[in-house]
Amino acid sequence: MFTYKTFVPRCATTGMVLLALSASAIAQPLLDGHNIKPELGRLVPDYQGTIVSGNGSGLPLGQASVEQGERVFNARCAACHGLDGKLAGNQLAGGIGTLATAQPVKTVGSYWPYAPTLYDYIARAMPYNEEKSLSVDEVYGATAYVLYLNGIVKRSEVVSDSTLADIQMPNRDGFIELQQ
Amino acid sequence: MDKDSINQVIEGGLLPRRALLKASALGLAGSFVVPVRASQDWMTHAGEPQGEYGQPSPFARLKREQTGGHPLGQAAGSSSTPLQDLNGTITPNSLHFERHHSGIPAIDPARHTLTIFGDVRRQLQFSYEDLLAYPMETHQYFLECSGNSFRNTLNAPLDLTAGSLNGLVSGAEWTGVPLHYLLDEAGIDSAARWVIAEGADAAGMTRSLPMKLALDNVMVALYQNGEPLRPAQGYPMRLFVPGSEGNISVKWLHSLKVQGMPAYTRDETAKYTELLTDGKAEMFSLAMGVKSLITSPSGKMTLNRKGIYEVTGLAWSGAGAIRGVEISADGGVNWEPAALQSDARPMALTRFRLPWRWVGQSSILQSRATDTQGNIQPTRTVALARYSAAGFYHYNGIQSWHISNAGVVKNVYV
Ligand code: HEC
Repeated sequence: MFTYKTFVPRCATTGMVLLALSASAIAQPLLDGHNIKPELGRLVPDYQGTIVSGNGSGLPLGQASVEQGERVFNARCAACHGLDGKLAGNQLAGGIGTLATAQPVKTVGSYWPYAPTLYDYIARAMPYNEEKSLSVDEVYGATAYVLYLNGIVKRSEVVSDSTLADIQMPNRDGFIELQQ
Repeated sequence: MDKDSINQVIEGGLLPRRALLKASALGLAGSFVVPVRASQDWMTHAGEPQGEYGQPSPFARLKREQTGGHPLGQAAGSSSTPLQDLNGTITPNSLHFERHHSGIPAIDPARHTLTIFGDVRRQLQFSYEDLLAYPMETHQYFLECSGNSFRNTLNAPLDLTAGSLNGLVSGAEWTGVPLHYLLDEAGIDSAARWVIAEGADAAGMTRSLPMKLALDNVMVALYQNGEPLRPAQGYPMRLFVPGSEGNISVKWLHSLKVQGMPAYTRDETAKYTELLTDGKAEMFSLAMGVKSLITSPSGKMTLNRKGIYEVTGLAWSGAGAIRGVEISADGGVNWEPAALQSDARPMALTRFRLPWRWVGQSSILQSRATDTQGNIQPTRTVALARYSAAGFYHYNGIQSWHISNAGVVKNVYV
């Protein structure tokens, strides 16, 4: 049971707050509450997560050829994106060079700045309604095939964790980053 | 009683606020007598018994609007708050707007964790129970989808309600754990500039949050308007980034990766970027611009009498608090300041009101907000000028409602 003495007085709280916050860049003014924290986080040193960044960090080991990717795409993606990736309303390919026109067509080929983002997105969010059902190599394959449909890689190419970040996307320099 | 004061009008019938205060006692003159005997059947017998979870009156007929999804994925869609049916500044949880990319996951909090990893001294994992034990804060904030009001960017004005046009914004009281408590516990590297937030929904929504925002007023929200988050709003936990586009307040939050660079995920490159006229696009355009709209009278309503109406609506800004809202009844020629309510808190919905006498003439009602940073809500033309014709995010142009001679209220472009 709590007794009065188990409560930490507010004045003591303020002193501890300043100490606790010194690690963060921006110290918060103490509002109505307190910030005596229970520190309950459990150590998980081996946690890797599945976030793949634009520079390729986080890509898992794996690879697939465009041809392997074609089989994945036709079986698992084409119904919703078209065999050529150009199904209207859900287009993945084409539109390169249209961004400054009155009818810009934004696709992976015309708009996306980084190829590893395609791996990241397919791995986490596609096929729609059967998310995360592809193997790592199948995701590399689908990635390779979508890039091929956009003319970004050749039919004979293999895409892997060590090559994806080096693939130059046509709209790589098309963005102005407001938070940098 | 100075009856003339209520007839004092400025251009377009807007009543200066001084006149309203004097006129307020007028209504008392005509008080009427309610019969002591019951005249309605609900006065003569016991009503429904008490229940476990309350429901609105069936007569209020409240429902979200524009509940559409992607043709190939219905659960990738949105529904909007019926702004015209509500008053005050808090959106009831059942009517808060929704936007999902792959539906609403049914998360068991006992099997959900939040992990902080990457460039930290100690990678840490928290359960929902753990977070409930942390010190929390409570704040009122607006949440607005980056695509709110996109219908007003289309070439021809659509004849829709205020909510159907602009209802991807809601206001709520959010309670949660300040994110910097958890980041401090993990110990962020001095070179870390970004926190990548990932959701546990099927879409695995992932967004990069600048560290300076993450350490400021961002929270891991656990309660909305006093009750645990609804599944559609991220139960059991969501990120809440006040003033920023809704998408970055990642729902169903389950991991935070601390790193030097943004992740450049699909939803901050392919989507939620603003294409400009020259073909370049703005990325990480997080802050929502200063904005307002009149919620009554508004689209699809009909004024069925001449006389006094209260013009009321909502204003908000991602850059601070609302300093003022002006109203025009003549399509933007003359402007009259409205009364602001609810303390005009930073990054929260602020209610404004102004009495208006409708004399049966065609009029155009508009509102224009200014925030504490001095930003002024732009006209539609100015708001659209920099962007590609196909752009539709972050639209904050002035909303114009046309009132016909017959009192029919319609969305128009001025
Ligand atoms: C059942 C239909 C369906 C299937 C099957 C499907 N997708 Fe999708 N895809 C969608 C929908 C719907 C969206 C839009 C989702 C959103 O906006 O949140 C989408 C979006 C995408 C995007 C993002 C496009 C952009 O420019 O933002 C990519 C890339 C993609 N899908 C690739 C694939 C791949 C690769 C496969 C096969 C492995 C696949 N999809 C299978 C329905 C589907």
